[in-house]
Amino acid sequence: MRTAPNAIFKSLADPTRRAIFERLSRDGEQTVRMLTDKSGVSQPAVSKHLGVLKHAGLVRARPRGREMHYKAQPRALAPLVDWMSYYSQFWHNRFDQLEATLKRMEP
Amino acid sequence: MNTPMTTPRTLTIERQLPYPPEKIWRALTEGSLIQEWLMDNDFQAVVGHRFHFRSTPVAGWDGVIESEVQTVEANKKLSYSWDTMGLATVVVWTLETTPGGTMLRMEQTGLEKEANYKGAMYGWQKFIGGLERVVGGLQ
Repeated sequence: MRTAPNAIFKSLADPTRRAIFERLSRDGEQTVRMLTDKSGVSQPAVSKHLGVLKHAGLVRARPRGREMHYKAQPRALAPLVDWMSYYSQFWHNRFDQLEATLKRMEP
Repeated sequence: MNTPMTTPRTLTIERQLPYPPEKIWRALTEGSLIQEWLMDNDFQAVVGHRFHFRSTPVAGWDGVIESEVQTVEANKKLSYSWDTMGLATVVVWTLETTPGGTMLRMEQTGLEKEANYKGAMYGWQKFIGGLERVVGGLQ
């Protein structure tokens, strides 16, 4: 899934959410309870933050036993680092097509 | 991984073209010609005109770019907003007469959301740096 860069920035602008995402990136899959134990915020708050991260495509949830396990999806960060290179390629390609159009046009 | 987060958020592409600015201006501003080289559109060279570029939808993108004309200086400068996938940018075309024809320049720069980009970038250096190992495989 490709999430809009703005949604990703928004979801990571919050320091608590960023900390959760960093932990998941660093330590691997975790449950809400494990994350709550070390975050210093309430379980409902952690759940809410995870919901936002999940919506931005930054974490994935899967049920295991009775608990949900959350995993970081660092690949979701790709749009942040590549929109410039994406558009660079796009415009070079369009410039080529523009030249072809100009060649076809009457003088 | 390089640190693309620190590079200026303006993309510039220039090309020398062996045609007068008037001809290139037509290709930039006539809907049927724009469609030939860029995208289907309902562009009009009128400041304030809101329009769409439309391309074939792909997975995760509806193919629609929302735009509004911002600058129209015949044969010299044209700009419009270029807003898609939650990323707001502005595209500026500049035409400069040269001995051999025209130097055509395209600059794409972020708008107000780009300011968030920059603000966020500041506090993000460390964070992104720490993630380098993780995202290293992306490029």
